[in-house]
Amino acid sequence: MKRNAFLLTTMFAAAFAAPAYAQPKPIPIIGLMELSGTGATAGTNFDNGVKLAVKEINAGGGILGRKIEYTSMDTQSNPGVAKALAQKAVDLGAYVVMGPVFSGSFIVSMAETKRAEIPNFTGGEAANITQQGNPFVFRTSFTQSTAMPKLAKYIDDTVKAKSVAMIWVNNDFGKGGRDTMAKALEERGIKVAADISTDPGQVDFSGAVLKAKQSGADALFVYTNEEESARALRELKKQGYDRPIIGETTLTGQKVIELAGDAANGAVAHVGLTADAPQPAIKAFDQKFQSEYKYRSDHNGMKGYSGMYVVKAITEKIGKVDSKAFATAMHGARISAKDAPGVLLDVSFDQNGDLDRESFLVKVENGKQVVTAILPPVSAK
Amino acid sequence: MGDLIQLIVSGIATGAIYALAALGFTLLWQAAGVINFSQGEFVMLPAFAILLFIALGAPLWLAFLLACVAAMLVLGIGFKWVIVDPLIRHGVIPLVIATLGLSIGLKSTLKAGYSAEAHPFPSPFPGGQFSIADVNISYADIGTLVVAGFVVISLQLFLNRTVTGRAMQAVAQNTDAAKVLGIDVKRMVLYTFLINAVLAAVAALLVTPTYLAKFDMGDAIGQKAFFAAIIGGFNQTRGALLGGVLIGVLENLVGFYVSPAYKEGVALILFLVVIVFRPEGLLGRAEERKV
Amino acid sequence: MNRTRTFGLVAALIAFAVLPNFLKSYGVYLMTLFCVYLMAIFGLNLTVGYAGQMSLGQAAFLGIGAYQAAIFLKLGWPIFIVLPVAGIVCFIVGLILGFPALRVQHHYLAFATLGFNILVYLVMRNEEKVTGGTFGIPGIPRPSLFGYSLDGALPFFYFTFLSVVVLALFLWWLLRSPWGRAFAALRDNPMRATSLGINITAYTLLAFAIGAACAGVGGVYYAALVQFIEPAPFHFSASLTMLLAVIVGGSGRFFGPVLGTIIVVLLPEWLRFMQNWYLAVFGFAVVALMIWLPGGLLSIPERLRWKGAAK
Repeated sequence: MKRNAFLLTTMFAAAFAAPAYAQPKPIPIIGLMELSGTGATAGTNFDNGVKLAVKEINAGGGILGRKIEYTSMDTQSNPGVAKALAQKAVDLGAYVVMGPVFSGSFIVSMAETKRAEIPNFTGGEAANITQQGNPFVFRTSFTQSTAMPKLAKYIDDTVKAKSVAMIWVNNDFGKGGRDTMAKALEERGIKVAADISTDPGQVDFSGAVLKAKQSGADALFVYTNEEESARALRELKKQGYDRPIIGETTLTGQKVIELAGDAANGAVAHVGLTADAPQPAIKAFDQKFQSEYKYRSDHNGMKGYSGMYVVKAITEKIGKVDSKAFATAMHGARISAKDAPGVLLDVSFDQNGDLDRESFLVKVENGKQVVTAILPPVSAK
Repeated sequence: MGDLIQLIVSGIATGAIYALAALGFTLLWQAAGVINFSQGEFVMLPAFAILLFIALGAPLWLAFLLACVAAMLVLGIGFKWVIVDPLIRHGVIPLVIATLGLSIGLKSTLKAGYSAEAHPFPSPFPGGQFSIADVNISYADIGTLVVAGFVVISLQLFLNRTVTGRAMQAVAQNTDAAKVLGIDVKRMVLYTFLINAVLAAVAALLVTPTYLAKFDMGDAIGQKAFFAAIIGGFNQTRGALLGGVLIGVLENLVGFYVSPAYKEGVALILFLVVIVFRPEGLLGRAEERKV
Repeated sequence: MNRTRTFGLVAALIAFAVLPNFLKSYGVYLMTLFCVYLMAIFGLNLTVGYAGQMSLGQAAFLGIGAYQAAIFLKLGWPIFIVLPVAGIVCFIVGLILGFPALRVQHHYLAFATLGFNILVYLVMRNEEKVTGGTFGIPGIPRPSLFGYSLDGALPFFYFTFLSVVVLALFLWWLLRSPWGRAFAALRDNPMRATSLGINITAYTLLAFAIGAACAGVGGVYYAALVQFIEPAPFHFSASLTMLLAVIVGGSGRFFGPVLGTIIVVLLPEWLRFMQNWYLAVFGFAVVALMIWLPGGLLSIPERLRWKGAAK
């Protein structure tokens, strides 16, 4: 009886796996994604990016001959749910966990993956994620402490602003960004003329914008989530704000431009990844993503996509599917876009799991992101 | 000084929108004893209806008129027939629960069946602003005030100067007496539901350009309308106006001069104070306890 | 009849106690979460079902209990002190909030609790020094019991499970005491109850405050279970869900909250394939329920019997 079952399985395996002797077990990878709630835009994009990469990798024979089995679960943008789902991911025996994208959720859920010693990639930008000595966390984007000084430099050198008004969203993402930015500005002797906190999901920005206007600052820094950014931009236009409007990544995202319409024109932002970048690998990604999902990817889609290719590159380097060995190999790793085009840009990881690569300065012109400058990696200076 | 005037003007404009939704809220309570916890969704649905008609090729004004008609049919007549009529004899609480369920149902259906994301919405007014002395006022605020003011004044004229309007007020004040006077109570109550639907559609037109059309956009406005109605006086039409404008202005002032973090708390604290010290509302009259 | 019922109850309790041994950690987590919400919803049933008041602020009390527990557990206070403190604090807050509201008119408690919930939420989010703001409070330790650590998923489940059973027994006793019987009188015939000298306001207020205390106690378990708290789970919408759980299960029925909590906490997990449609169906189902079955799901057997008798 038992033997029969064994025989049957072998036969099935042989029938399905033509080239190999038996179909190897797929590699389980779990995504904890903000598919609803305030993070829906970010989470859906990240998830789509990962899915696209998985589809390509599987079509090309998988990793080390094994297919990837990717499952994404909805955290509802709620840290409590994210933590519970991280436990579920561990139960399901994930090789690597992708997400959550939001820092607040990630801070909580990463305790679970750490306990199970499973590498965990995040799209979060909060600085404190990688400052806790967790050897299993890795970023797919810059931290705020890399991005804000770059932006402060731009405000100082190019805009030549002496004072800045800040509109930020009072959640972990916005507060963290605001704190880092305030520090970066202070180091350059730039005054924060108005410090304006707004609520997540806030709909009325008239007071915030008025306060920014009245502060008389030379420039405005806007650091909120997608929808709020769009509402702020619309209100800024409504009230006729005429100073430079500067942001980090989200401010010039596709969704924001769509929602804000012509109110987005003229906004400037520093972006870690943008589908408008001139590099051939990014251009190729942009086309593939558009033909798959019928819309353009924002930076989160690129984070998910490139993150998945980092998993592939490092796994192939260590030559086995082993979560712990993977985490060890990640520290200090360098992956060149020439060898692995899926990572989009040359990327390196440090001992904390932070990454470093080129970044871009973009401006919205006629409803489109235009790259105005390419900023070198921090380590290259 | 310029700041203050500017804050007050834009506060009144925002407050006028709250007042529209609050007005419908109090009208329903007076005429039919309905506390409608899905009032916010009654604003959200016309916003999406307008977007739908625009997508079908209608210009904004036509889309708005069509949305008004749709709102009267679905949120006016439909709401009354399907939910209020069967439930009203059970008392206030089952109906409140039903409208809470309705609110969740409508929101989630839109989210699951259409989209969880925000959508842009065209503004009926031109962008930009004009200045008088050092006060800058945006055209959108003026436009909102004009439209909301026009709607409120016409409604007041209708209620006070026409036979139908007076009959509606009679029903609101004392249903039994109105019946004795030979007023067609059922018809008057139906009118109230229709008016509420139109008020919600107007609020949608005015508020969505800044709020953006999203499945949960009703949460904010529904809550404000609710607070405005109670602060002003649950059983007075004028109360809803006062409550709405008061919240709009105070929010702006607190957000600017005190702390933006507690901007949302303004309506709330005012609301709690009113509940404790003047439960009938600022302009309301005390209601007898119905046993 | 009564014997079969008792037997059924005991069997259900045993099944519930044994089940987690066959589940992975996520399943155990969900069952523990179920117990936590059950405490708060049992309490809410007292207010809604027995005292006939609408409360839209149960999540605020859950939150007060949770934050208080997070802060004190991190300071190393023993659970036997944290638990009563949470209960007593919420009881007192309930009295302070309920008194002015109940003085006026019956639906004003609904309004006051709604406002209170939103205010508590704002304070949680903005008073960063105390509550951690939007970052929340991470790293809450699981308590230990007589030196026995409840750190594991299973031990903590049994601790929570036993606690909810004890709480249920207490409420059962309370409702069968003379004080509780006054409620039945109140609900069935308020006029007569008043004429018998029952002070409606005092009884209602007490019911509300005890209901709030139950949520406060539940909050302690919540903080220890998730080991991280932030404002979102204590938003007004959570109060709404709990209220609907009571109504759907059958308000004023002792086991109504159990059924209601299964529907709002466990069922979405089994029906995950429905995704967003689950809430849509749930919302409209509540409307339908109000129209055809205002007594909740547990009134079905009665309804059937009544129909049978009418024939």
